[in-house]
Amino acid sequence: MKSLPSNTTGVATWFRAARVTDFPADGGACVRYGNLQIAVFNFARRNEWYACQNQCPHKMQMVLSRGLIGSQDGEPKVACPFHKRAFSLKSGQCLNADEDCLTVFPVKVEDGFVYIGVPEE
Amino acid sequence: MTRIIVVGNGMVGYRFCEKLRKSAAGSAFEVIVYGEEPRPAYDRVHLSDYFRGMTADDLLMAPRSWYAEHDIELHTGELITEIDREGKTVRTHNGRVDHYDVLVLATGSAAFVPMMEGTERHGVFVYRTIEDLHHIEAYSKKTSRGAVMGGGLLGLEAAKALVDLGLETHVVEFAPRLMPRQIDDAGSAVLKMKLEQLGLHVHTGKNTQAIEGNGRLEGLVFSDGTRLDVGMLVISAGIRPRDELARACGLRVAARGGIVVDDSMRTDDPFIYAIGECASHNNLVYGLVAPGYEMAEVVVQRLNDETSRSFRGFDMSTKLKLIGVDVASFGDPFGETPGSVPIAFTDTRKGIYKRINVSEDGKYLTGGILVGDASAYNILHQMMINRMPLPENPEALIGIGTGAREQVGGGVGDLPDTAQICSCENVTKADIVGQVTEHGATTVDDIKKATRACTGCGGCTPLVNDLLKLTLESLGHTIRKSLCEHFDYSRQELYDIVRVTGARTFDDLLDSHGKGDGCEICKPAVASILASAWNEPVPKLATIQDTNDRYLANIQRGGTYSVVPRIPGGEITPAKLIAIGRIAKKYNLYTKVTGGQRIDMFGARVDELPDIWEELIAEGFESGHAYGKALRTVKSCVGSTWCRYGVQDSVSFAVFIENRYKGLRAPHKIKGAVSGCIRECAEAQSKDFGIIATEKGWNLYVGGNGGARPQHAKLLVADVDTETCIKLVDRFLMYYIRTADPLTRTATWLNKMEGGLEYLRDVIVNDSLGIGETLEEEMKALIANYECEWKRVVESPHLRSQYRHFVNSEEADDTLQFVTMRGQKCPADWQKNA
Repeated sequence: MKSLPSNTTGVATWFRAARVTDFPADGGACVRYGNLQIAVFNFARRNEWYACQNQCPHKMQMVLSRGLIGSQDGEPKVACPFHKRAFSLKSGQCLNADEDCLTVFPVKVEDGFVYIGVPEE
Repeated sequence: MTRIIVVGNGMVGYRFCEKLRKSAAGSAFEVIVYGEEPRPAYDRVHLSDYFRGMTADDLLMAPRSWYAEHDIELHTGELITEIDREGKTVRTHNGRVDHYDVLVLATGSAAFVPMMEGTERHGVFVYRTIEDLHHIEAYSKKTSRGAVMGGGLLGLEAAKALVDLGLETHVVEFAPRLMPRQIDDAGSAVLKMKLEQLGLHVHTGKNTQAIEGNGRLEGLVFSDGTRLDVGMLVISAGIRPRDELARACGLRVAARGGIVVDDSMRTDDPFIYAIGECASHNNLVYGLVAPGYEMAEVVVQRLNDETSRSFRGFDMSTKLKLIGVDVASFGDPFGETPGSVPIAFTDTRKGIYKRINVSEDGKYLTGGILVGDASAYNILHQMMINRMPLPENPEALIGIGTGAREQVGGGVGDLPDTAQICSCENVTKADIVGQVTEHGATTVDDIKKATRACTGCGGCTPLVNDLLKLTLESLGHTIRKSLCEHFDYSRQELYDIVRVTGARTFDDLLDSHGKGDGCEICKPAVASILASAWNEPVPKLATIQDTNDRYLANIQRGGTYSVVPRIPGGEITPAKLIAIGRIAKKYNLYTKVTGGQRIDMFGARVDELPDIWEELIAEGFESGHAYGKALRTVKSCVGSTWCRYGVQDSVSFAVFIENRYKGLRAPHKIKGAVSGCIRECAEAQSKDFGIIATEKGWNLYVGGNGGARPQHAKLLVADVDTETCIKLVDRFLMYYIRTADPLTRTATWLNKMEGGLEYLRDVIVNDSLGIGETLEEEMKALIANYECEWKRVVESPHLRSQYRHFVNSEEADDTLQFVTMRGQKCPADWQKNA
């Protein structure tokens, strides 16, 4: 299992976030990395993993990991539970409103652990 | 590079920057903006929303970062005090001198304050900026009565603000009628009546002579000798263009104020333009935002060397909701076109006035007025500006005579391609139809994104929707009620599919009857169906539920949750009250009594929820399902046990009913009530189902609703015994759960039902479909399977482990912020992307 959001060339560090079993199938959970909150999604239906900032840029709420995931014309997305702003999990672009783009992070799974590619702190 | 200085950062000044940067030559200019207000441009049109919970940041046209991202140098809080046309420089109040190649004046207007005694007193305000609102809000706490001088458009907006602040509000208008520029005497009379019904006091034909008081305002004195005692006054008697800068540097200014401009918005200095409310075009100053936007667009075109677009005056037609009352005025509302003939009718009972003016030859509309019901505005306005031929009986257009409906309904298709549908963004019918036929748009959202129609005032949305449907139909598309892109079925069809195929999970159903990966629309809808069809425990459906159902609590501002234990019928023992108080105190929760007769505890972090519920359950509480599309409460009055009027024991019945249906999942939330007598203290007629005691038994009402569109419940059956009443509620709720669309309350469901109440009564009471027993059986199964979801979570270490903010840390979310309000904690205001 591997994942593919954004290119991984800029990755400075692979951060070991948690066990695969800590993330609900087809749902998300929040990971702490220093002062950063990262939403990680186990998109089991597509056999893919995604990660993005946990903060929704619409009202600056730390909740995207609690959003529903799904797809729009094949593009994987997450919808904010507050006001249903939907963002592409690949590009971070907002799909249904004029909001700022999310920061997305590459994810890889090795030996039962989930790793997130993060820039150097 | 050409250096453009924009003087003024209001809505029009902002619009100019936005349009310029988007235009072909947009990047060829340096843009510098000076605004005198402390914050960037904000939406002045919706200023009164500020009193209904919007913050100053919500009103911003764009955050400060937008200007930086678009390479625009923004100076707020800096007033231009001087223009040197020779040297092409401006000077600001703190002495900065800046050079321009092109100057755009967008200085707007100020409130016009008539010359009279006492306008300097404390308690006298104008209504123009967010700072004005702050002052009004602060002062309103010192008094209980306020007046607005001016009954025009802005004046009534200001009056709404005073009403929202809880003041007894008086509107004083000099003219003999309200909105003298938009509506006639008959229209004003109806508007006045409607506003007075809403608690406003309207005084027309009143000439204010003095504002009296000793330092502080105490009252107004009118020329007829009468007096009105008020503690504050908001003057909204019109606007005065801010042309003082232009005057001082010798630009031509109109006699009645405003910087004189030609059709390209140029002043008599070829390097200076003026746009918006500070400009005077053909001796007219436009006090609305739409013409200002058009002016901004014209200047952008000129700067792009495009000379075809000119400002040719502006249609001042307008439709608005004033304090909840529809008012529209279009074209020549007063019938001043020679030879034109008015057709009008007034329905005083309903508070409706409609007038259209027909040209002398009877072929065209020249204008009109609508008060109380402006639903025909869009089509009438389009007929007028496109000079569409009138039907044989034009009176039918405003609902007089027969065949009225068909004629108006057919209108959208008859519009010419050039018809302007969205005036904020200048989108034509051809643009919208083209999106459907050429670019495959199938939803209003598609059209919004592609054309920006509906994104301004939103008033054109119904027209765009009609056009979309019509065009899709003409292309041979059948308009299906499909749930979303993943399921080409309605909720009712999916419910039947689930029952027939035995699908137990979302993925089962998606594989057999859907496509793609699901989304935030179909996932919760299917979760609700699975919960209703199989009584699947909701925690098992966690990741396809909205966050409220996923965490079994209501998410609140800031990302904390609220906790609502069930208090059936609103009956609670003192011991349980103490328990709630103890637990709320322990976890520092904000408490409030809800409209459904229970107690809501706010501010719980996600990781605290299981601990809080463990304690509540130990005290004998159960989940209240406030987070679910489920039965909420069954409200009751005390009934015959205590009340000297009660004829039945309404509390016992309400407790029984609430316990019977607790946990029931439905397309939307369900509320019920039981009243012990005809006085109806439980307000049962505003509920999805309401039961009212009679001498002989119970009356059962269904399909009521509070909320945004209140609706009285309708009497389904009268004087039935307790057993029959329960049987009929069983059938009613089950039929609703089976057939309603997602997120449709019973009121809307019943409104849309073909055959309406009669049909429903046939199905439920007379069992015309022969499904009565099946419905009862299905309900019985659901009731038998009830379990408290929170009990399940509290007892399961696995489920409990889901309740934490970080999956890799036991710490709580440290970004949560609280403030204290009236001795309790509350979340900090929405943060904004700064």
